[in-house]
Amino acid sequence: MAQSLDDISRQLKKRHRKSARMKWLSMSALIAAGIFLLFFLADMLIKGMPAFQQAYIQVEVDYNERAAELPLAAVEADYRELVSRGYLRLIPGRMAEDDSLLGTTQTEWVLADDAVDQYLKGGKARLKDKQVAVIDRMVEEGRAELRFNTGFFTNGDSKLPEMAGLASAAIGSVLVLIVTLAFAFPVGVMTAVYLEEFAPDNRFTRFLEININNLAAIPSILFGLLGLAIFINFFGAPRSSALAGGLTLGLMTLPIIIITSRAALRAVPDSIRQAAYGVGATRWQTVRDHVLPLSMPGILTGSIIGLAQALGETAPLIIIGMIAYIPDAPGSFTQAATVLPAQIFTWAGMPESAYVERTAAGILVLLSVLITLNATAVYLRKKFEHRW
Amino acid sequence: MQTDQILMTFFAGVLFLGVLGFFLGRSKAARVRAGGAHMHSQPDQYAWFTVLSAAGPAVVVAMLAAIVLGVFESAFPGWLAVVGALGLGAFGLFVGLNRVRPELRARDSLERAVKWVLIGAASISILATFGILFSILFEAIRFFQMESFWYFITGTNWAPGDAFLEGAGRAEASEGPSGNFGALPLFAGTFMITAIAMLVAVPIGVSAAIYMSEYAPSKVRDVAKPVLEVLAGIPTVVYGFFAAITVAPLIVSAADSVGLEASFNNALAPGIVMGIMIIPFISSLSDDVISSVPTAMRQGSLALGTTRNETIRHVVLPAALPGIVSATLLGVSRALGETMIVVMAAGMRPNLTANPLEDMTTVTVSIVSALTGDNEFESAATLSAFALGLMLFVVTLALNFVSVVMIRRFREKYAVNNL
Amino acid sequence: MTTKLASPGAPVTFNQETTHDLELTVRDLKLWYGDKQALHGIDLDVYQNNITALIGPSGCGKSTFLRCLNRMNDLIPSVRAEGEIMMEGKNVLSKQVDEVALRKKVGMVFQKPNPFPKSIYENIAYAPRMHDIVSKGSEQDELVERSLRAAGLWDEVKDQLDKPGTSLSGGQQQRLCIARTIAVQPSVILMDEPTSALDPISTATIEELMHELKQDFTIVVVTHNMQQAARVADYTAFFHLGKVIEYNDTATMFSTPEKQQTEDYITGRYG
Repeated sequence: MAQSLDDISRQLKKRHRKSARMKWLSMSALIAAGIFLLFFLADMLIKGMPAFQQAYIQVEVDYNERAAELPLAAVEADYRELVSRGYLRLIPGRMAEDDSLLGTTQTEWVLADDAVDQYLKGGKARLKDKQVAVIDRMVEEGRAELRFNTGFFTNGDSKLPEMAGLASAAIGSVLVLIVTLAFAFPVGVMTAVYLEEFAPDNRFTRFLEININNLAAIPSILFGLLGLAIFINFFGAPRSSALAGGLTLGLMTLPIIIITSRAALRAVPDSIRQAAYGVGATRWQTVRDHVLPLSMPGILTGSIIGLAQALGETAPLIIIGMIAYIPDAPGSFTQAATVLPAQIFTWAGMPESAYVERTAAGILVLLSVLITLNATAVYLRKKFEHRW
Repeated sequence: MQTDQILMTFFAGVLFLGVLGFFLGRSKAARVRAGGAHMHSQPDQYAWFTVLSAAGPAVVVAMLAAIVLGVFESAFPGWLAVVGALGLGAFGLFVGLNRVRPELRARDSLERAVKWVLIGAASISILATFGILFSILFEAIRFFQMESFWYFITGTNWAPGDAFLEGAGRAEASEGPSGNFGALPLFAGTFMITAIAMLVAVPIGVSAAIYMSEYAPSKVRDVAKPVLEVLAGIPTVVYGFFAAITVAPLIVSAADSVGLEASFNNALAPGIVMGIMIIPFISSLSDDVISSVPTAMRQGSLALGTTRNETIRHVVLPAALPGIVSATLLGVSRALGETMIVVMAAGMRPNLTANPLEDMTTVTVSIVSALTGDNEFESAATLSAFALGLMLFVVTLALNFVSVVMIRRFREKYAVNNL
Repeated sequence: MTTKLASPGAPVTFNQETTHDLELTVRDLKLWYGDKQALHGIDLDVYQNNITALIGPSGCGKSTFLRCLNRMNDLIPSVRAEGEIMMEGKNVLSKQVDEVALRKKVGMVFQKPNPFPKSIYENIAYAPRMHDIVSKGSEQDELVERSLRAAGLWDEVKDQLDKPGTSLSGGQQQRLCIARTIAVQPSVILMDEPTSALDPISTATIEELMHELKQDFTIVVVTHNMQQAARVADYTAFFHLGKVIEYNDTATMFSTPEKQQTEDYITGRYG
C-alpha cells in the first residue's frame, strides 16, 4: 500500500523545484525593495551633492559713486552677468554703512551667478560663448572656484537660486514642531493614560477607541481642510502661521502618540500597580509615581516617531498656506512661516537646474534629520527596553 | 492686541495664578497641620487643589470665550476675555484657599479632577474626528447648494476655472448648477493611479512578508525590517520629487523606445512610486499576520509530507488572507488620500482615459489646486475642495472600517492578541 | 526473528517471542538543542503493525524522540541530531533522505487537534492532491470517504463535508487529523499525546480507533497516561532524562518491570 521512500523522493523532484522557485521569488521582492531604496538614495545623492558647493569668482569691485546708485557699475562689464545679483544688490547698503569704501577698488571673492555655478559643475547653463570664454580664463587663472555652500544653511529662500537656503524653512519647521509637540504630547499621553489606567469598559471608551483608530486612518490632506476651516476660519489663527500648522500636525500626530503610549503603559506589569495600591497610593499617584516613569522611554520613542512623521508632512500645510515665499525666518508662532518639506516642494516647482540640485540637497538634509530622529527613537527603545 | 500677545498674557497669568495657588495652598495646609489638626490629605494635595480651583475656571472660561469669538467674530474684545478669565481664576484661587481645612478631602477632589482632565484630553480625539467631519460637511453642503450633487458624482466635465469666469461675468453665466463640476474624471484618475500603486505594492509587499516570516533567517530579518521602515519613513514630498524628476522621464524614454507616446505627467510614474511607498505598510502588517498564523497549522501540513511552498500557499496564506486583505485595504485608503506624489508628478488636467501613459489628475490634486489659488473662499471653485474632501473622507473611513472588521475576525479565529 | 536488542547503552530483552517485522530501528540517537543535549543515545526497535507507546515524566525527551522519526525537529534551527534511524535500509537522519518524502511515509498526529482552516473535505483532500495520489473528482471523493471511515468519522460528518474543520468538536477534530494523515497512505503514524486535550469519551473513541488502525499502520504514540499505554500499546518504552530506561512488551513492562526506576514510575512513586 505505502510507497517506498525512493519512489516518493523521485516524485518530489518537481515539487521541490517549485518550492525553491517560490523562495527565490519572495526573496527577490525584498531585494527589489532594497534595490529601489539604493537607487533612490543614489539618485538623490547624485542630484543633491553639487548643491553643497557653490561657485565663487574673484572680481575687482570698484566702489565709485555711481555704484552707490547703480550697483552694476561696480563691476566690469565682462563680469556683470557672472556675479550674483544678490551680491550686487548689497553694494549700496555696504557703502552707506562704511564710508571708507567709497573710491576704493577691491579685489574680492564674490558669489557667482547660478549660471556660472551650473557651468562649473559641468551642467547645462544659459551662458553666451563669450561668457564661457571669460569663465574658462578665470578658472585657469584660479579666479573661479567651488567652495562649501554655507549660504545653503544660513540663507532663507530666495528668487535667486544661488542665494536660496534652508534656514528660514528650518526655523519654521522647528517652530511648527514645538507647537505640535506642545499640543500632541500632553493630550496624547493623557488620553493614553485615561484609556489604559482609568477608563471603564463602557460605550464612551469604545467610541473613543474607534475615533482614535479612525483619526489614524484619515488622509493627511483632510487635516489640512480641518485646519483651514477650524483653526484659521473659525478661531482666526493667522494663515501660514506656525501656530495653525503646528496644531494641524498635532492632531495628525495625536493617534500615533496615543497608540504607542498605550502600548508602553500596557507593558508595565500589573504587579507594580498592585504594589502601589497596596501601600495606599491613589490611582493617580500610582500612575504619576510608578507607571508613567516606567513607561516614559516607550512614550518618548513613540513621540519621536510621531514627530518625525510630522516633520515630513506637507499636504495639510499646503492647504493652510504654508508654501508662501518666506525669505526671512519667522520670529514668532503667529508669523507666516514655511517648513522644510514645503520648501522642498516650492523648489521642486522651479525651472532652473540650480533649484533641482537644491531640492535634492534639501531632501538629503531632511532625510538626515529624519534618520537621526528615528535612530534616536530606536536607541531609546533599545537602551531602556525592559523585559518584565 | 495681537493674538499671540493675548495668548501670552493669558498663559503667563494662568501660570502665575497656578504657582501662587500652589505655594499659598501648601503653606496654609502646612500651617494648619503645624497647628495640630489631623488633616485628611497631604499638604501637596491641598496645594494642587488650590492650583486647580484657580486655573480650572480660568482655562474653562478662556476656552468658552475662544469658541464664542470663533462663532461671533469680535463679539467682545479679546483682552476682555483674558481679563475675565484671569479675574475668575483669582476668585477661584481665593475660594479654593479658603476651603483648605483639615476636613477637606483634597485627595479625592484631586483624583476626580485628574480623571476629568484626562477625559477632557481624550475627548479631543473625538472632537478632532467630528471637527474634520463637520468642517468638511458644512462647506460641502454649501457647495451642493450651488451645484448639483448628481452631476458632481456622474458628470465628466471638471472645469472650476470656467465657473470663476462665469462668476466674473466673463463667460455666459447660467442659472443654477453650472455643469462645470463633474468629478468623474477625477475619480477615474484617482482610481487609475491607486490601481497602479496597488499592482506594485501588493505583490511585492506580500511576497516580502512571506519571505520575512517564512524563510528569512533572523539576521536577514534584522536587516530587512529597518530597510522597509526607511521606505515608510521617507516623506511623501520626497517621493513626489523622485517621481517627477527621475521616474517620469525614465518612463517617457522607455515608452518612446517602444514607439509609445507618454506624457511627462503620466499616471504611471506617481502610481509606481506610490506603490513603492505603500510596500512597507502592506509588508509589515502582512508579516505580522502571517507570523501569527499558528505554527501548529504549518506543522500539521508539513507532517503530511508537503513542501514548504505548498504549506505556505495552501495553508498559511489562506489562513492569513483576511489579514492580508485588510492590509491591502489600508494600502488602498492610503493611496486614495496620498497628495504630494500626485500633486508633484501627476497632471492637472482632468482626463477620462484608460491609458496610464497620459496625464490625468486626481481628487487630492484638485483639492490642493482649489485651495491654493487666489479664489474667493465662498466660490464654488473653492468649496468644491470640500465636496471632494467629503468623498475622500467617506471612502477612506469605509475602507478602514472593513479592514478593522476583517482583522478582528482573524484575531478572534486564531486568538491572536498582538494585532 | 529475534527480538533481542543488544547495544551497549541500554541492553533490553523481551521475554516474549514476537514474529513482527521491524519498521524502524533506532541506534545511538543523540540530539542537542543548541548546547543542551536532550537525547543521550537512544536504541529502540519499532515493529510493524504494532503500537509502541513512549512513556515517561514530562521533559524526558519522548516527544523530542518522536519528532526525530519524521524529522519534524529539522524545523527548529538550533537542533542537531546524530545516530541512526534506519528505515528501508536508509538512515532517515542523513541528508540523502528527503524529509518531505519521509514525512509522507511517516505521518504525525499532534497533541492539540490542528485542522486546517478549510472545509472537512479539503482537510482530507489537500495533501493527497499535493502528492498526486488521486485525481480530482470521484476518485478524490472516494479517498476522502475511505479516510474518514477509517478514522471512524464518516457517519458523523458525511452531511457536512463543506463545513469548516474547526467547527467540529475536539475529539472529532482529532479524528479528522488522523483521517487526513491516513489519506496520504503512510506506513507509520506518530501520535504525540493525541488525547491529552480531549475528554474521556473522545479518548476512548481514539483508543479504539488506534486498535483498528494498527491493522494497516505502525503506530508510535507518546502518552503521559500510563493506563493508556497499558490499554493500547503492544510495546512500551520508558524514557527518563533523555534515555530509554526500559523497553519491553507492554504486559511484561507493567506486570514485572526489570528496573526499579520503571517500577517507581509505574506505581506512581516517581516525583
